[in-house]
Amino acid sequence: MQKYSVFSLIKNAFKGHKDWEVAWKDPTPKNEYDVIIIGGGGHGLATAYYLAKEHNITNVAIVEKGWIGGGNVGRNTTILRSNYMHDQNGLFYEKGMDLWRSMSQDLNFNVMYSPRGIINLAHSDAQMNAYSRRGNSMRLNGIDAVLLGREEIKKILPMLDFSDDVRFPIFGGLMQPSGGTARHDAVAWGYARQADSMGVDIIQHCEVTGFDVTNGKIKGIKTSKGNIKAKKIGLCVAGNTSMLAEMLNMTLPIETHLLQACVSEPIKPILDQVVTFGAGHFYCSQSDKGEMVMGGDLDGYNSYAQRGNLPTLQHVLTEGIAMFPFLSKLKMLRTWGGIMDMSMDGSPIIDKTHIEGLYLNCGWCYGGFKATPASGWTFAHTIAQDKVHELNAGYNLNRFNTGHLIDEKGLGTKTWIS
Amino acid sequence: MLHIKCPYCGTRSQNEFVYGGDATVKRPQLNKEVSDKEWDTFVYLRKSPRGKHLEFWQHISGCRQWIKVQRDTATHEIFKTLKPNEDI
Repeated sequence: MQKYSVFSLIKNAFKGHKDWEVAWKDPTPKNEYDVIIIGGGGHGLATAYYLAKEHNITNVAIVEKGWIGGGNVGRNTTILRSNYMHDQNGLFYEKGMDLWRSMSQDLNFNVMYSPRGIINLAHSDAQMNAYSRRGNSMRLNGIDAVLLGREEIKKILPMLDFSDDVRFPIFGGLMQPSGGTARHDAVAWGYARQADSMGVDIIQHCEVTGFDVTNGKIKGIKTSKGNIKAKKIGLCVAGNTSMLAEMLNMTLPIETHLLQACVSEPIKPILDQVVTFGAGHFYCSQSDKGEMVMGGDLDGYNSYAQRGNLPTLQHVLTEGIAMFPFLSKLKMLRTWGGIMDMSMDGSPIIDKTHIEGLYLNCGWCYGGFKATPASGWTFAHTIAQDKVHELNAGYNLNRFNTGHLIDEKGLGTKTWIS
Repeated sequence: MLHIKCPYCGTRSQNEFVYGGDATVKRPQLNKEVSDKEWDTFVYLRKSPRGKHLEFWQHISGCRQWIKVQRDTATHEIFKTLKPNEDI
């Protein structure tokens, strides 16, 4: 594989950029693989990469019905964080933060990792107490957390609305200085390029239409490009999980919902951190191009449409303007939507299933992007070793039955219905 | 913007409604022994189909009645709305 560096860039510039190798090939599927990963999004690509890198399993195919970078990996708001209170979540996502720190070097692809800090604003004494508790839990798990008062927030974010007559005054906030952003397309391309170079077949425009399950054991898949046999199959299809589960006669604790995001016209640098509104659901950061990148609530009803509806966008941006009044002056450049696999306790599922050789990776809700490396790393372990890693042991499918929910928000089931 | 025809009030914008989830889920019968599995199925498991979906909505900023709506989850087309005790 061609190494990307400043020298290869200069060398190719002299040749008119005509000699660059393709980043990944376009193979026709073989008859059989050791492992097939369904879904060529961030998690599927990362899983294939870590299968090859950590477990020397390279006879792997990724089957993707669309194209690399066309799903949620290219539709998110690029936020990285591990500011969770529960041990299971904190330790899992912090493993991800470790992988993010070295990702550009690992993948020889600049993912523009930017640990700019994430600040969750608090709007009441009770919320400050809750944040202080969460911050302490994070620090016990080795995650950086700083509780900021109103005056400290004012120094960092002077453009917030600090006036006296606001409905939700700012009391302070919880900051994870190591949180931040990364360029999502680069993550997909970087993982795809490395996985391909180690022998993984990335098969795009290939839709799964059925499964071959014999005597409780997975044998292969049926696709729009023919039948493919495999000893092990991993599902990484986010919002489409319920559709594949139906083909397998499984019903999962998941509903597919629609989430929108949007960017404003580009403006001069004003916001250095990622900031979230604590009295609703709104988050905001500024891209390197200067656009304000914003998102918030789900549209609120089951949906497979990868496009949103205006009432929710208006609701979300009302919260944004309550936080940053200057946003009201900006024009909207672009809005889009993606479909989320909303699990019933708000936490993901990475587990084996009752079908031998079939592995499940789903339930990422709105937080899948930051989990990309940790999800791939633990899912690769689960598939290769046929047993869960301690980092994803809590993310089992059985927890809904046994009552061992990982309910980070303390909201119970259907955490997205408020 | 969805336009939902409330069986009591007529067609109104989605802003007047809140969503209540899958209307095909059946609660285990009262005063009967319920297994963990039955309860798990009722509380957590959902088919979440792509296509026709029968669901509850409440006309919260209108008549406050619960209604059933049959809607396509891929196109958002609404086929039929019903009173809560009616079946398709």
